[in-house]
Amino acid sequence: MNIGALNSANLNAGQKVAVKYFVVAMVLFLAQCLFGLIAGLQFLKPDFLYNVLDFNVNRMVHINAMVVWMLFGFIGSVYWLVEEESGVELVGAKLANLNFWVLTLAVAVVVVVYLFVQTGPGTKETIWLINEGREYIEAPRWADFGIVVCVLIFFYNVAATFMKGRWSGISGVLVLDLVALAGLYLAGMFYTTNISVDQHWWWWVIHLWVEATWEVLVGCIMAWGLMKTLGARRKIVTTWLYIEVALMFGSGILGLGHHYFWIGTPEYWLSIGGFFSALEPIPLVAMVVHAVYDSGAHKFKNSNHPALAWLIAHAFGNFFGAGVWGFMHTLPQINLYTHGTQWTASHGHLAFFGAYATIIIAMIYIAIQKWRGDVWMSGDMPDKGWKWKWSLALLNIGVIGMTVALLISGYEQSFIERALGGSTWAAYFSGQTQPWFIQGMHWRMLFGWVTTAGVVLLLWDLATIGSKETRRSIDPVTAAEMSPAAA
Amino acid sequence: MADTPWWASEDVWRKWAIWVTAFMAVVLIFLTFDTVATITAGGERVPGYDVINKRIYYTFNAERNMQEPVIGGDAPLFGETLGAEEAEALVTLGKLTVQSKNCMNCHTLLGNGAYYAPDLTKAWLDPAWGAESVREQLMVTFLMDPTTNARTYGTGRRMPQLDLTEEEAKGVVAFLKWMSSIDTNGFPKGFTPIRQEESS
Repeated sequence: MNIGALNSANLNAGQKVAVKYFVVAMVLFLAQCLFGLIAGLQFLKPDFLYNVLDFNVNRMVHINAMVVWMLFGFIGSVYWLVEEESGVELVGAKLANLNFWVLTLAVAVVVVVYLFVQTGPGTKETIWLINEGREYIEAPRWADFGIVVCVLIFFYNVAATFMKGRWSGISGVLVLDLVALAGLYLAGMFYTTNISVDQHWWWWVIHLWVEATWEVLVGCIMAWGLMKTLGARRKIVTTWLYIEVALMFGSGILGLGHHYFWIGTPEYWLSIGGFFSALEPIPLVAMVVHAVYDSGAHKFKNSNHPALAWLIAHAFGNFFGAGVWGFMHTLPQINLYTHGTQWTASHGHLAFFGAYATIIIAMIYIAIQKWRGDVWMSGDMPDKGWKWKWSLALLNIGVIGMTVALLISGYEQSFIERALGGSTWAAYFSGQTQPWFIQGMHWRMLFGWVTTAGVVLLLWDLATIGSKETRRSIDPVTAAEMSPAAA
Repeated sequence: MADTPWWASEDVWRKWAIWVTAFMAVVLIFLTFDTVATITAGGERVPGYDVINKRIYYTFNAERNMQEPVIGGDAPLFGETLGAEEAEALVTLGKLTVQSKNCMNCHTLLGNGAYYAPDLTKAWLDPAWGAESVREQLMVTFLMDPTTNARTYGTGRRMPQLDLTEEEAKGVVAFLKWMSSIDTNGFPKGFTPIRQEESS
């Protein structure tokens, strides 16, 4: 086997599908950044592309590209590990391949319609064919059904493979989590005129994905990733996974209530939502302790430096972005001032990056290593690994910079618009024109460019890392060591 | 391992994970039944769609320590009192238009959406419309041609041309009027409504 060359013969059937998902995920990551840059620029230059590519379109593509690349990243990650974890071949490799192309084509059609049709008349046909107009799940209804069918095929492939092979703690949690993840999407697939009912169920999809089932899914990937990169013991990562599930669902399911403060839902949600969502950072602390402790216990000796670095970035990013930044404005007494301001944008940027982008990037580094024949990816790389180190730094500095800039604008907005201004439109615009708000928008733009530079460097690194390497990975964790029987 | 303490036991934590998840899911389901019943249109917190025939204003409730909506006397929208079904049809057209034109990716509704343009929760009651007597027509005129009628308050941000028909624009106004009657637990904070003939 030629070490260093990209060769699909190095991959099992599931992994061959996985790398396709990873490639599309990374293309969409770049698209997310580009449309974010345009939207950010429109805050500073509102006439830029006015009536051509308006803010609402750019912002929709920005957040939809993110949701879809993360879903592609998750699906890819699960296909990556399913054969090693189950000990048998993927039951429907051809079906998985077909599924990938159908899903990718559907995403492409949706994006083309978003960009070139944009909006339609106020009819149900528009919602079915062009745009549903509900943040994060704007995909038209035809695409919703397509997504459900594709996710069911994916679920069948994963569950049937584990049923044919062996089960483990990780795969058990993973499969049950996928059931919940797929089922919850159905809660967003209907039209209602009543906006309180609309947003009530909309949050079932958004919150119970992002703050519950996605978190558990990345918990599974983290457990597997620590075994893979560090050789952590299965018994330890599985026990931690159960702890995280108990804490995550224990706080996150009723933590849903922090979205029910102001949408017409009853007052008891102020107490329930406030209390349980305030507990949501606890499992994220557990993940930091777990990742750092395992790394320290193995003296950071690992087979894939970029992947482990991104796993550690995930642990801290998840804790700060989802945990700390969420906690800051989750109590209703504070949220009354911050809800619907740039505070939320600040939290959103750090949370999605810290909790999800990071761990998918880690999995892609693990994938690249094997794709190039278990190539050396530890210290002393031919080019000192400058590309992965700089892309890691630029991406983290960029996102943290945007987060802080948006938070300063958010503080200013909640102060001027809500605390002083009486929450009218005049108060809103008064806040938007204050120098501190505008400065925050400029800094966000600058750090947006830093982030995008990081993504470009990341893509360059992913395309080239290991290509000039002739050494095989140190301490490769073998399939036998990874098996549940070895626990 | 026999010497593993209970708090580090995989089995113990697996059971905790299952029972905690199941318990929280059951509690959520019970609360969901109660919540959905409460927020059904015509319920105690979300008025029926024919509220667009009435005047809506706000009073401060000292016990709840927040402003709450009050449904006042007759104030038919566009001078025409609608039956329950007609009112629902008009609000439905408005809601469909709000979704079809992707309003939520610039504005917030009930505080959710994007932050490029102001919150629409109480747009119907916003003092920016000047006088109660001209509000409806101003809103329709603006929605049908936001480029020409733009008011940017010094930000330079203008609503895009979304080609709303007059019917759609009237539907959006009806939807906004109905939405302003929802009891949002005092959100947005300290809202100061437009001056109206009948208010406390």
